[in-house]
Amino acid sequence: MANTYTLISSVTVGSGGAANISFTSIPATYTDLLVKLSPRFSAASVNKALLMKFNSDASTSNYKNKNLRGSGSSATSGSDEGYAGGYIAELNADSTTSNTFSNVEIYIPNYLSSNYKSFSVDSVMENNATTAYATLAANLWNSTSAITSIIFSEHTSSNFVQYSTAYLYGISSS
Amino acid sequence: MTSTYEKIATNTLGSATNTLSFTSITGSYTDLVLICNTQRTANAGNPIRFRYNSDSGSNYSQTNMYGGGTTANSDRLSNTSYHEIYGLPLSAAFSTQILNIQNYSNATTFKTTLLRGNNAAQQVIQSVGLWRNTNAITAIEIYVAADNMSAGSTFTLYGIKAE
Repeated sequence: MANTYTLISSVTVGSGGAANISFTSIPATYTDLLVKLSPRFSAASVNKALLMKFNSDASTSNYKNKNLRGSGSSATSGSDEGYAGGYIAELNADSTTSNTFSNVEIYIPNYLSSNYKSFSVDSVMENNATTAYATLAANLWNSTSAITSIIFSEHTSSNFVQYSTAYLYGISSS
Repeated sequence: MTSTYEKIATNTLGSATNTLSFTSITGSYTDLVLICNTQRTANAGNPIRFRYNSDSGSNYSQTNMYGGGTTANSDRLSNTSYHEIYGLPLSAAFSTQILNIQNYSNATTFKTTLLRGNNAAQQVIQSVGLWRNTNAITAIEIYVAADNMSAGSTFTLYGIKAE
């Protein structure tokens, strides 16, 4: 039986941090993509926003979002749009509990199709303090192009800290 | 390498269709994952529905939490004849539904499902569903109550082995 769940590539951020985490030349041999991240940002804040660009598309009008967020004190919903990339979630930065990294899972079905790309996001940032977030999000990339690259960055250009990780898997239905 | 995540069946709609089914689902896995990438032909935002083993009795319930961009909400459906996820978009946009069905093949317990719906034009929804039946799940019916699911919608059923 064919293995349907295959690691395509992984990134572990080295000393000094990194401004971006990138997956390029994504092969067109799978049906769906799955990204699992364990990131943390270097910034004097509790939380910072993770963005994701497909094929380097930084158009502020091409990414749509509906999210559901719990903060530990309330549940809210928003549409985080107008960024130069798809809004993923608020994640750990310097002012959260040390050694604490966020968890993010992004499922992208039919990444090769000529339809607009709908994708699903689950994320958590835990913090042994009053501000922490768990977020579910529905996202859409308004493009008919096949996805060939993914770039992650922070909205205000903060760096990923050392030991942040990202894994890209391909899932095949063939 | 032992493969623990395997495709069982897949279906890409070649034309607008109201109902499709996965049948003769083998009991050789531990859990099931159903990935749907969908659009409908009319009635934007209306739900997609799921039934197990062709059971159309009032044996389903679910608890939802969802957000449409302004407020967070929660509600319930009791004694329905289906599980459902709001809502499917129309032309251009697509939506994603993900069902996780744990321990689907046991013949002792009622079956619990995690249901997730993603429509960036309408809402994100996470639900837990209960099918009050102890039979192993051998078939999944997927349908919309009116109009059709659009050509190009895809449905793939995976099996996960705990080995």
